[in-house]
Amino acid sequence: MTEELLPGLLIAVPILGATLPLALGLFRKRVGWSVAAVVLAIEAAIASWLAYAIFVDGQRVIHVLGGDNFGRQQTEVGGHDTEGFIVGIELVADHLSGLVVLLVALVSLAVLAYSRREGPRGNAFYSGYLLLTGGLMGVVMTGDLFNLFVFLEIVGLATYALVASGRSAESAVAALKYLVIGTAGASLYLVGVGYIYVVTGTLNMVDVSRVLAGEPAWVADVIGEGSLYGDPLVAAAFGFIAIGLATKAAIYPLHTWQPDAYAESPDAVTIYIAALVSTSAAYAFARITWTMFTPDFFAQSAAGQDVLNVFLALAALSVLVGSVLAAMQSRVKRMFAYSSVAQFGLIVIAVGVAVHPAAAGTRAVEFAVYGVVIHLVAHAIIKGGLFATAGAFRSGSGARLVADYAGLAKRRPFLSGAVAVLGFSIIGVPPTVGFIGKWYIGVSAVEAQLWAVVFVIFASTLLTLLYVARLLEKLYFDYLPEDAPPHAEASAELATDGGRGSETALPYGVASLVAIATIASVVLGFMGAELTAMLEPLVEAVIEGEPEVGA
Amino acid sequence: MSELSLVAELLTSQYTYVLFAFLLVVGLYMVVASSNLVKKIIGLNLFQTAIFLFFVTTAYVREVDGEAGSAPVIPEEAVAYDPYASPLPHVIVLTAIVVGVALTAVGLALSVRIYAEYGTLDVETLREVRADD
Repeated sequence: MTEELLPGLLIAVPILGATLPLALGLFRKRVGWSVAAVVLAIEAAIASWLAYAIFVDGQRVIHVLGGDNFGRQQTEVGGHDTEGFIVGIELVADHLSGLVVLLVALVSLAVLAYSRREGPRGNAFYSGYLLLTGGLMGVVMTGDLFNLFVFLEIVGLATYALVASGRSAESAVAALKYLVIGTAGASLYLVGVGYIYVVTGTLNMVDVSRVLAGEPAWVADVIGEGSLYGDPLVAAAFGFIAIGLATKAAIYPLHTWQPDAYAESPDAVTIYIAALVSTSAAYAFARITWTMFTPDFFAQSAAGQDVLNVFLALAALSVLVGSVLAAMQSRVKRMFAYSSVAQFGLIVIAVGVAVHPAAAGTRAVEFAVYGVVIHLVAHAIIKGGLFATAGAFRSGSGARLVADYAGLAKRRPFLSGAVAVLGFSIIGVPPTVGFIGKWYIGVSAVEAQLWAVVFVIFASTLLTLLYVARLLEKLYFDYLPEDAPPHAEASAELATDGGRGSETALPYGVASLVAIATIASVVLGFMGAELTAMLEPLVEAVIEGEPEVGA
Repeated sequence: MSELSLVAELLTSQYTYVLFAFLLVVGLYMVVASSNLVKKIIGLNLFQTAIFLFFVTTAYVREVDGEAGSAPVIPEEAVAYDPYASPLPHVIVLTAIVVGVALTAVGLALSVRIYAEYGTLDVETLREVRADD
């Protein structure tokens, strides 16, 4: 019974907790980190409990906001039985959202460990950080389209503030650019929600899905027999929602905010937003496409199919352009940022393949669903880890450019090893988790016989190799410049990387984040079977067009 | 002929939707074309306001086949009003306005910081100044 409270708590705890660093900051300085650590530890515990309820007990946990007056009730409206349509907003934790909730909670805690020594310090930062965590939880769990808009904007606002928390004025410019593009994207999403509301009269994703399919009896009475899939307004709504969420997920050509925002924000912020913010938008896109529009919509609506094909083409472009731009960058952080454009292109491709009419009836649907979820998790871990190493190289050795990394492997064996493992993981070399995600995405495109997409996916592996190899070649096979000062920006700190006393210290928080990400990227690579078993109910729901996953 | 009557009907009875589309495009154009950061934010506001007006417009529910829509908060007698306004979209718009105000505040705060650092709000000048750094 108590499980029903958990989704509400997951959102309420960090948002209420966000007020504490500022409030307690009136009495003590530097209280922010400890408060955030306590709040996020509680959050991680709740998330683990929820994940246990979902994956071990097999529950679908629903929390209806507002108490007993709200929820699914039997009411008559205008002489029509509404068949338990929902009144109010529900939060849903199922096999899809449960995994992402766990990811958000654990990454938040791990990145907090990173920020202990690396900063940015100050209580306002930790308030923003907790607010962002709460917003992400909301995006992941809400079952209501408009509520999703509100949480997307909470995430957006917190991210803009965190990006601007960097010391340089560049970060303010990057944040404003992000704000303008991000808000325009979210507003386009809102237009799509408005269209859906006009067509169906509801905002709950499950109810919208049922009405679109023409299932409830009153739809036949009021609107007419059959599904609403043919309505051009529905196809337009899908287009607007997809554009809005693609902007947030940084798909080419809507990615222009992303490299600036990642490159100019403080390192801890970069790790956090690179790991989770775009991930939450891509997750929302998958959820809405799979369980709200369902494959039936794309099979029956010619316009919907056209929109989907356009998105597949854009996502494919995103993979190619993102990888090529990544290979051309001289700054390491920008290189990883463009790499995210390419990786999210892959994820959007797989989201589209899962519902594409060409995939219907084949195992492509199953593989695409595995590919999307595993690659979302894999990308969050790998990219978080890569940005953490980039941050550690910057603060420890003052290396910002790819050229600065020349020969650093000798001085920083641990960090360089982490870059190598994570780099191979993002290329998709087995036995890493990056391989499983990319493998399933590739196999799904083959099964669906979308050969152009197959070509792009395999080309992306080569292109990824291009920029990862460039970095590794610098690290391991280039000579350290003779005249380079031993510690480029070394401050007088103790100990070393690996304890050998040649460079500045690698703080424990940084080392642990890098180590956890590296180990996780390999260990998860051996857990492909377990991961896919966890997603079984989701696959069934997608194949059958059932909006309630695991119900 | 039928196309003409469609346009005529759109302009006479559905003109609010035309207004929505017009304001939306004007707002988006301002965001893209204006080189002044504050004007970009104003354009963004216009863009969002257009969407709010769209929601308000859709709230008007007309009687169809003798059956008027009814909203839970409206007493039985009030259903006689035609068209009556459904309250849900208005609530949505209120929430969205709050979100919009928060975004504008953050955007303007960032503009102030940018002006303090670079002494300009013009995107072109800003690009030149940053290139010189």
